[in-house]
Amino acid sequence: MVTTEHLIICEHCDCVYEKVVLAKHQKTLCVRCGGVLQRFNGLTIEQRLALTFTAAMLWLFANFYPVMSISLKGMKNSATLWDSVLALSQGPITFIAMVAAIAIIIAPAFQLVLLIWVLSFALGLRRAPGFNLCMRWLETLRPWSMLEVCLLGAMVAVFKLAGLLDVLPGIGLFALAVLSLMMIRIAGRDIRELWDIL
Amino acid sequence: MKRPPTASELNLCLCHSCGLACDMTDEPHECPRCDAPLHRRKTNSLTRTWAYMLAALAFYVPANLLPVMNTVMLGNGADSTIMSGVLEFWEAGAWDIALIIFIASIAVPGVKFVALTLLLVTVQRNSDWARKERSKLYRFVELIGYWSMLDVLVVALVAALVKFQALGDIEPRPGILFFGLVVVFTMLAAMSFDPRLIWDKDTSDTISHAASPTTPATDDAAPEPTGA
Repeated sequence: MVTTEHLIICEHCDCVYEKVVLAKHQKTLCVRCGGVLQRFNGLTIEQRLALTFTAAMLWLFANFYPVMSISLKGMKNSATLWDSVLALSQGPITFIAMVAAIAIIIAPAFQLVLLIWVLSFALGLRRAPGFNLCMRWLETLRPWSMLEVCLLGAMVAVFKLAGLLDVLPGIGLFALAVLSLMMIRIAGRDIRELWDIL
Repeated sequence: MKRPPTASELNLCLCHSCGLACDMTDEPHECPRCDAPLHRRKTNSLTRTWAYMLAALAFYVPANLLPVMNTVMLGNGADSTIMSGVLEFWEAGAWDIALIIFIASIAVPGVKFVALTLLLVTVQRNSDWARKERSKLYRFVELIGYWSMLDVLVVALVAALVKFQALGDIEPRPGILFFGLVVVFTMLAAMSFDPRLIWDKDTSDTISHAASPTTPATDDAAPEPTGA
């Protein structure tokens, strides 16, 4: 069999290129369709693992502390991410609660667990048990993890309620804000580089 | 314009899971590196994209007509649809938030329907019109994909918070279910479309060096699109 590991195929138009080594801030584009082929990856395995642990802590904060609390005529109430999933689950619309739970709680949690598993072994330059499966799940989960949408949603909710009653952003909201930005950095497409390193 | 050879000309196939260029001489069904199933093109791409998109289009009607939430404030209850929520912000002077919700909930699904239909029809007619721009359009559709979930999450949060019985209570309504289905199905539609189909009948370009892959353009060295 011919070795093809030095080749890269544009996923948008099928053109074949040779991989190049990139410097900081560089990326390569397909000359035919303009799609991005490679992006510079500035994270070492150690850095990515450290960020993943940080993100896991933030996930705990985002899920166990209220995203925001409100008060109306002396009565107080607060809601976590799980509360908002439950709020959707009543009545005939349970399906959408499931979608929301996957998008804002389950998918990010699985991404973090899989990353910690894969990266911990990668530290010793070894492939983790079930490496193939883990990496494929990381690819599958990516489009369904919607934390940044959730963050914008929480901010819109603050404005929506601010006209009716007093709204106070909670620890969960700040954790969510940082977590959603970190997920973009650590769970992006560049984790595919592990296939080449290990 | 010169272009590098394509994967099919070199008898290669891209693995969508790990990005390996797989050698197809033995017609393997799985990627030798990550075991993901290999397809030269996404299976039944056009049919599946049409199906998901038409399903989403069917859900788009109740999503916009049915109320998405019910607000009871001091005994007065009122249903609100997505558009009435936008108008409420607009009339209160919060045009920026009205714009965010309008873009995420109404414009984004609308743009996706138009863009996917355009892509599907042009691919089926083997059109050679503006291939590069259509590729860009597809990447744009993929990028904006999940932002429409915004309203679902807003309703969820607001409904979880405002629970003061008669004094104030917000409940989700079935419209939000249809709305979520629109988002899920448009995402599935975008995922089943294979952007390589845009280029498959491309005969206008010549191969730069016969059957040898070239190095790609780095950074903004790639030529700018020249317009339609």
